[in-house]
Amino acid sequence: MLEGLLTGLATAFTFTNIMMVIGGCLIGTFIGMLPGLGPMSIIAIMIPVAITIGDPSAALILLAGVYYGAVFGGSTSSILINAPGVASTVATSFDGYPLARKGQAGKALTVAAISSFAGGTIGAILLMVFAPALASVALLFHSSEYFALMVVGLSAIAAFAGTGQVGKALLMTFLGLMMATVGEGVLFNAPRFTMGIMDIQSGFGFITLAMAMFALPEAIFLVLDPNRSKTGDGSDGGKIKNLRISKEEAKSITPVIGRQSLQGFFIGVLPGAGATIASFLGYAVERNIATKEEQDEFGKGSVKGIAAPESANNAACTGSFVPLLTLGIPGSGTTAILLGALIALNVSPGPRLMVDEPQIFWAVIISMYLGNLVLLILNLPLIPYIAKVLAVPRNYLIPFILFFTLMGAYIGQNNATELLILVGFGICATLFRFADYPLAPLLIGFILGPLLENNFSRAMQLYDGVGFVWERPMTLGLLILAVVLVVLPGYRARRARLRAEGVADGD
Amino acid sequence: MALDRWLALVILLICLAYGYAAYFTMDALLPPIMKRSPIWPSSFPKVLVIGGILLSLSILLGLEKSPEKKDATDINLSRLREYKVGQAILLLGLMVAYALLLRPLGFLASTFLFLTVGSYILGERRYGIMIIVAAIAAGTVWYLVDVVLGIFLSPFPLFLTGG
Repeated sequence: MLEGLLTGLATAFTFTNIMMVIGGCLIGTFIGMLPGLGPMSIIAIMIPVAITIGDPSAALILLAGVYYGAVFGGSTSSILINAPGVASTVATSFDGYPLARKGQAGKALTVAAISSFAGGTIGAILLMVFAPALASVALLFHSSEYFALMVVGLSAIAAFAGTGQVGKALLMTFLGLMMATVGEGVLFNAPRFTMGIMDIQSGFGFITLAMAMFALPEAIFLVLDPNRSKTGDGSDGGKIKNLRISKEEAKSITPVIGRQSLQGFFIGVLPGAGATIASFLGYAVERNIATKEEQDEFGKGSVKGIAAPESANNAACTGSFVPLLTLGIPGSGTTAILLGALIALNVSPGPRLMVDEPQIFWAVIISMYLGNLVLLILNLPLIPYIAKVLAVPRNYLIPFILFFTLMGAYIGQNNATELLILVGFGICATLFRFADYPLAPLLIGFILGPLLENNFSRAMQLYDGVGFVWERPMTLGLLILAVVLVVLPGYRARRARLRAEGVADGD
Repeated sequence: MALDRWLALVILLICLAYGYAAYFTMDALLPPIMKRSPIWPSSFPKVLVIGGILLSLSILLGLEKSPEKKDATDINLSRLREYKVGQAILLLGLMVAYALLLRPLGFLASTFLFLTVGSYILGERRYGIMIIVAAIAAGTVWYLVDVVLGIFLSPFPLFLTGG
């Protein structure tokens, strides 16, 4: 581990990689502040740039920086204008915005920055401790276990989609898997489901799909509803002063940060849970365990109410890298996009990553420390100036978002047909969003599809049929777990509904 | 019928077409040696399509009760007229036009047109600023992509570059 750590340090501390961290954090912060553009959209837009860099370590460091920056930027717009740029910072606005309205925006931003830094740093330390252990266990896995593990990952994603959403999330996962079978597969050289169209002979482009699923619908919503990007009252970024917090406040948020960094990290590790659930849960837990007086303060500008979701969401962001780097399974939509980027860079995340390419594995972890440090040192004094990005007129902002979406898809494939596919999928994705279908499972299914099929096919060939299901106990156990993960939320939702109906009937 | 069930119906039709191809047409050209293998190119799609059909049917028939959630996107679909639907459709049309004109017009002209027309659709009427912003953006992005990143982007129209 020490050797790997030193390799990582040597890789992360090159001039190029430090520039990648700084650049990624700044870009992420700027774009993350724009309401509606979450980390998934931003990373999707940045992938063509990252791929062009060529060096996988540098590319992944850039994307990780963008990820943290976007989450940080989201909290800034949550606090300043009550418009969370990212879903995971919605909980920050509960107390951040009231505090900003009291004229203490600077204090709110400082608490958010310190909590994010602490959450990210503790998360990175935990990642360093747990990832190698998990990777060594994962080395015992064969193709049948991999197949079963991916089924577990996909079903867990669906299960975490929320009450009454399991069916829709699973359907989207299947749709993503089906889309992944279009074109020439790795295992079979024959084109499948291409309908004779040459342009989809090599399958749908991952970047095009990511842009269409996330960036384009958000841009369309910004067009449809101008209020979505409207700035709030009197929160001119240029007038933010007094970024200090008192000793008492620092003392009160310290245990909150400690607890929520731990909790957030472990929630982030779970497939499908992600930073949004971590931030809401963190807020709820801290509110519940607070004293009566402190509870009354929640929602009115409590510093604890800002510290809890901020440390939890950053720790969860780091936690979501554990299944990605050690098992090759993305735990969230954002890490799914990162997985796609890694595959495009010819890097195979999984248990072998630590052994085969330790410089990438450790450099990413080291860059997480750096990213958090950069966000604290560089962004805090820059917040008043960065906040001015919110003043970019909508008439210019939207065409630029659409243009960068188009460019992302075009640069990746150098094919104008890709742009038509992008618009087509973008319209479909917008309709799906209107109908409340979760889009992340589709993208995760699309990315995991080829891996799932390859492992399934290999296991079938090795065991000459589906015998691997009962001949390998670990595979069977994992598949049973997958079934439980799908059935359990539905059962709990049904029980809750029946109980609610009982209460309504006066039962 | 609610939009989510209409979409489930469309997905069901896609699954049926996909399943037809997987079960009936895909294996026709398979070489005899491949037919001895326990796994065929159609094996995985055959499994997938069953799941897809069952799940789309479950949503179509309303087997899973959706939570009472009215603002999935903060946009009320029943009051769609109050939103800028026209602008959204025009911008999507503009994106299609950009895709079709990118090669014939070249990157610089098509990007300049896309950005100026896009701003115009959204209500911008300060033509001077609009033109300057679009021209600088088109030039800068071309320079960054073509010269700095080394990804070829034909800057001029086809008739000038000779294809």
